Amino acid sequence: MLTLTSNDFQALMLSARVAGLATLLALPAGFLVACLLSYGRFRGRALLEGLVNLPLVLPPVVVGYLLLLGLGEAGIGPLLERFGVRVLFTWYAAVLAALVVGFPLLVRSIRIGLEAIDPQLLLASNSLGAGRIDTLCNVVLPLSRRSLLAGASLMFARCLGEFGATIMIAGNIPGLTQTVPLAIYDYGSVPGGERLALGLCVASIALSLLVLLVSERLARGRRSEAT
Amino acid sequence: MSLFVSVEKRQGNFCLAAEFASQSGSLGLYGPSGSGKSTLFNLLAGTLCPDCGTIRLGERLLFSSSSRTFLPPQQRRIGLVFQQGLLFPHLNVRENLLFGYRRLPARERRIDPDKVIGVLGLDELLNRKAPELSGGERQRVALGRALLCNPQLLLLDEPLSALDDRLKGQIIPFLLAVRREFGTPYLLISHSLQELRLLTDEVLLLEKGLLTGRSHPEEIARQSLGSSAGYLNLVEAQNLRRQDGLCNFAWGEQTLTLVDETPEAGGAYSLSSKDILLCSEHPQAISARNLLHCRVGKLFQHQGQVGVELDCGGGRSLISQVVEQAARELDLQVGQKVYALFKATAFRRVY
Repeated sequence: MLTLTSNDFQALMLSARVAGLATLLALPAGFLVACLLSYGRFRGRALLEGLVNLPLVLPPVVVGYLLLLGLGEAGIGPLLERFGVRVLFTWYAAVLAALVVGFPLLVRSIRIGLEAIDPQLLLASNSLGAGRIDTLCNVVLPLSRRSLLAGASLMFARCLGEFGATIMIAGNIPGLTQTVPLAIYDYGSVPGGERLALGLCVASIALSLLVLLVSERLARGRRSEAT
Repeated sequence: MSLFVSVEKRQGNFCLAAEFASQSGSLGLYGPSGSGKSTLFNLLAGTLCPDCGTIRLGERLLFSSSSRTFLPPQQRRIGLVFQQGLLFPHLNVRENLLFGYRRLPARERRIDPDKVIGVLGLDELLNRKAPELSGGERQRVALGRALLCNPQLLLLDEPLSALDDRLKGQIIPFLLAVRREFGTPYLLISHSLQELRLLTDEVLLLEKGLLTGRSHPEEIARQSLGSSAGYLNLVEAQNLRRQDGLCNFAWGEQTLTLVDETPEAGGAYSLSSKDILLCSEHPQAISARNLLHCRVGKLFQHQGQVGVELDCGGGRSLISQVVEQAARELDLQVGQKVYALFKATAFRRVY
């Protein structure tokens, strides 16, 4: 019989909270960045595109290390401290790690949706007197609902599995910053932990499947509403 | 409307250079594909910026390279109607119609939505989602949507070309009604002479990026005498009376007969110049159901064919075409009395 300890429950709850919060925080920014990359004509667009996609190709540990440097003594650490904010080795750091690593996936999904919108439709909106922001809010955003949803579920799933960057900046503190992958890693490295690790594996599979099912269901609902 | 355009735009190997001024309320732009119609559309709509020149609509300067003016599409007050309608798929018909209207300042809302809905026959559709509409319904909504933002000019880019002939025919009366009821001037871009004849007073000819002429659509149509379809006479048929499977109707001082088995028969029909035979004397016992007394009003030549304008009385005229040899044998002269013959089945419904 596979069982979950209270520690495992904490890890599951933390994982869901970290992934959920990171995804929610990333959505507005992801939409704006996707719009900038798809519609914007400005200098430095290629640079922005590169920066956004960088975490996708870098090893997560590298991302984590860079974040560690950035948030540490040599970076903005002292500044944060002055405001009494501590990020490193708290669950905020886990959110930050998930945010950075999952962001490119979100932006990519949204861009696929944006590119499926007929540019002439935006011209139609403009010609009817709607300016850029108006068109973005009232035409582009509603038409991107499905890609936003797809991107959000992809990012959520990616965040659930985030390991490398998280362990670098959030550490692996049971009950505080230990997410499901970190807990499984812990179980894997102690003798007799296989059963416990397997229990968490099953739980995380169930959680991921649930996310997939819910997002499929929502997307289908939208589709039938649209046709 | 007064529209003044003098623009140049280079795109790769293609160069568009157009200069025209028009006061017409219904202007047409005719040209084969690749002639630069879409480029001109985009320059007027504001999605493309000309390399140099001026575009003025009424009192307003939309573009000027000398004063560095470029109004974006949302400030041009030009209503656009596209080939595919391009309704907002996430909105219903009512929301689509009012999209521009709601963005107008109250004092500029001169066109009443209820009237537009009535004229375009959209009452039944208001709560439908855009993707549920048929092609023809979509174009009617698109037209209403553009109209309701009270534009100074409607720019219609091949609005009928995505529709089949039957639907085209159904839309044309709505476009005519819009012209009649609201008086909003429009520029119709089309590669169909028939549409231009029905809907415009003046046509600009565009070829390979250059304006090659402007004329009355009727004159361009007469140049199609040598084409395979011939010149198409447009005949309005009102108050049809059915008799023995045929429809009779009064046309000027004459009575014409046509075959149309659809229940909603009536409207406009086309009759090719090739289908009209001429006789100098009254023929006896003929199968053709239409025999008209008329006078030769005018003769003109085009590509080996002789076009004969027939004055049918009551201000009505038809154009027939004959080969030169026939014209010589009949000794056709202006003012001469002739009989025009054509079959009841020669009529094709336009709308």
